[in-house]
Amino acid sequence: MAGNGNYKNEFGVFAEKPKVQKKIYDRNRVFAGLAIFLVLVTLPLWNNLGKVVPAPKPSLDTPAIQKLAVKDKKCVEPTPWMRANHMQMLVDWREEVVRNGPRDYTASDGRKFAASLSNTCMDCHSNKSQFCDSCHNYVAVTPTCWGCHLDKEKKQVAKAEAK
Amino acid sequence: MGMDRRKFIKVAGFSTLVGLGGKSAFELLFPGELEAAFQAKPEALKGKRWAMVVDMKKMDEATARKCVEACHKVHNVPNLDNPINPKDKVSSEEKVRWEIKWIWTEHYHNAFPGTEYEHMVEKVAHLPFPLLCNHCDNPPCVRVCPTQATYRRPDGIVMMDMHRCIGCRFCMAGCPFSARSFNWRDPRPFVKEVFQEYPTREPGVVEKCTFCEERLAKGQLPACVVASNGALIFGDLTDAKSKVREALKEKFTIRRKPFLGTNPQVYYIV
Repeated sequence: MAGNGNYKNEFGVFAEKPKVQKKIYDRNRVFAGLAIFLVLVTLPLWNNLGKVVPAPKPSLDTPAIQKLAVKDKKCVEPTPWMRANHMQMLVDWREEVVRNGPRDYTASDGRKFAASLSNTCMDCHSNKSQFCDSCHNYVAVTPTCWGCHLDKEKKQVAKAEAK
Repeated sequence: MGMDRRKFIKVAGFSTLVGLGGKSAFELLFPGELEAAFQAKPEALKGKRWAMVVDMKKMDEATARKCVEACHKVHNVPNLDNPINPKDKVSSEEKVRWEIKWIWTEHYHNAFPGTEYEHMVEKVAHLPFPLLCNHCDNPPCVRVCPTQATYRRPDGIVMMDMHRCIGCRFCMAGCPFSARSFNWRDPRPFVKEVFQEYPTREPGVVEKCTFCEERLAKGQLPACVVASNGALIFGDLTDAKSKVREALKEKFTIRRKPFLGTNPQVYYIV
């Protein structure tokens, strides 16, 4: 009898261990396929490796902002705060104006503003494509504001006509 | 750690007191600090129960058209007959289905169904009755809205919050006055002169008259009232000296479908 015999399992003692083939069928093809899959999945990573995408520079170059005196050239709240929290502020404005009624917002430095995206924010930032969109595209967020709210950019009219 | 019952009740009671009194204590120490960021404009019109009286003795086709145009212009309501691009022209059946109306006109038998009769005064039967949201005291649209996108403000205005509307159209089924319209398609190609101060709507939301609450907040009367040359009267029902109360005291008025119990707040002097 071949083998060393005395193979044991719960059913008893057997002479020989049953033979089970331990091998991957079509080994080369499988590994080649896996490699191709991995490359395809990580392609965007390889593609952008080493490339530096410049950080967005939202443009403040609009007629309304240029008209302001130097000391008045500030947003509703301090710029760093706005950069981090403008979305929360817009949600608060929306909630207050639409559901509760009051429409005047008093900023932390005491100045008063009409709480309105289209009529306050966009009056100064009339360049949506160079201001709002520059960061939103960079971080790949698509706020749903513009389905209803008008951005006051001339492009809007042109686009509607082209349609 | 052990704690006897006496001590536990003391701690629990004290915590409850602090919890209950927290906000009022804060208000006492820093009055107005919590809600200070927002105020109403000083010139805003304030009312406790806004209502409208329509004087049909002063209403004719031209005035009615002016009212409708004024309203639809300042709210960017699409005009399906007049697309920006002639290619977007809709057929008359599509127009009936897709039409958006905040204020519109109907003849007597459509405005007050069930109360018309044969041999009626011909003049009244053919008057253009301006119809709009009745801003009911007991609004069925508010009751059926699953997201509270439609709600009743403390001043009686039945208001729409487009941000919350999911387009289920329960409110349209609930409203017995057909005062609500659904945006089946993008309204922008049908708004020729865009009114920049007011947003448009998106496909998939319901819209209706809001008694021009955005104008009231700026101290202006509703656009249709301004354009009506005195045929539409707007005011506060709780104020005995208001124009609406005076009009109601002087002339007998009728309302649309009052038997349904929604308590509509647009009154018609016929």
